Amino acid sequence: MNLLSQVWTILWKDIRCELRSKQMVIGMGLFALLVLVIFNFAFDLRVDNKAAVAPGALWVAFVFASFLGLGRTIAAEREKGSFDRLLLCPVDRKAIYLAKLLGNVLFIGVVEIVALPVFAILFNVPFSAGALIPIVLLGTLGIASVGTLFSAMAAATQARELLLPILVFPLIVPIVIASVRATGALMVVSANEPPWLGLIAAFDAIFLSLSTILFEYVIED
Amino acid sequence: MSASYLEIHGVKKSFGLKPILRGIDLSLHAGERMALLGANGAGKTTLLRILAGLTRSSAGRITIDGLDLMQQTREIRRKVGFVAHQPYLYDDLSALENLLFFARMYAVELPQVRSTLLLQRVGMGKKARERVSSLSRGQLQRLALARALLHDAQLLLLDEPDTGLDQDGLALLTELLAEHHAQGGTQLFTTHDLGAAMGRSDQVVMLSNGRVAYQRETASLEEASIRQIYQEVVR
Repeated sequence: MNLLSQVWTILWKDIRCELRSKQMVIGMGLFALLVLVIFNFAFDLRVDNKAAVAPGALWVAFVFASFLGLGRTIAAEREKGSFDRLLLCPVDRKAIYLAKLLGNVLFIGVVEIVALPVFAILFNVPFSAGALIPIVLLGTLGIASVGTLFSAMAAATQARELLLPILVFPLIVPIVIASVRATGALMVVSANEPPWLGLIAAFDAIFLSLSTILFEYVIED
Repeated sequence: MSASYLEIHGVKKSFGLKPILRGIDLSLHAGERMALLGANGAGKTTLLRILAGLTRSSAGRITIDGLDLMQQTREIRRKVGFVAHQPYLYDDLSALENLLFFARMYAVELPQVRSTLLLQRVGMGKKARERVSSLSRGQLQRLALARALLHDAQLLLLDEPDTGLDQDGLALLTELLAEHHAQGGTQLFTTHDLGAAMGRSDQVVMLSNGRVAYQRETASLEEASIRQIYQEVVR
């Protein structure tokens, strides 16, 4: 069984479990929508300041909703002991990491697909959805790659809900800043913007490579 | 005498400053069955978890079928079937889906056929499409047994495999283990049932305080004497 088949088998199992329980996606989706609504009411949005506030609100919603899902990625399986059983299988640890990562990207992606139209309606800012997709995709990949690694680490501790954001947030700050700025650049065109998308892609490459290598050491008992 | 299938040399394990295993030396030939007895906290489960490759030992060396557990863990995992104290299945999947998932993870040939046959073998054929969350403790244990047998493991590690099983379940467990043994399988199991230990093993080992306190061939023991020895050694 090659790496891709292993990844697909684990990913399909996670998708099937989530489709039946729907715990993670519904929780994350509701949280993201609440954040967008609260931001919409909390700020005195005018035509001249909307584009400055909206990207931040969008990414705060995405990041914090992601943490809800990332926290459950491995913790839920650890609590039930099924993660130990998964570790007993003769599969590459990279396959487990990649499957969990892809699952996270998929579940966060579903939440983003639901949240984006709500964001567009609430904030009423002009942006090209086609240009936003690569930013959201790369930003999500970066957050999920670090988050999946640290969720494995945090899952082995008692204070996992507290520990995960504390560990992950400092690391993903560059990705969040770049994603907010890249999203903002879609709404208000300004000259001399750095290549934010390239920066996110570079961070993704670094985090993804390191996390894939480190995962097997993190899950050791 | 042929080389041992399972060799455990000087295995120690501590959690923090607390020593759990203080130097275990055991060996088991291919096709032999060993019952591991001991009071709660004696280190039985920790030893099984180390042998399964779930927990790293703090010191010592383990080989299974000539392979070093630390160096060739993945190859060893193909040879080992593990039944933990809890069934550790996926609640949101059906009984058949659980077996299918693990059959694919172990690259079992014809996973659908193998999973269906094993479900029938453990008396769970009619529950194949039911979600695991709706099954009783005994049914979960049957399913966990089926999973351990999916990939024709040469070595079965069983941590109190009789947990939750009714009389039919216990008879089934005895049958399945006897079949595995007849096919040349090696078994190491923990139990608190001294009768089961006598009936299903070739060797009895008692752990006390993280050490092997007693070891004897089962054939040379009687149930009454093992009870007395257990009282003296373990308590």
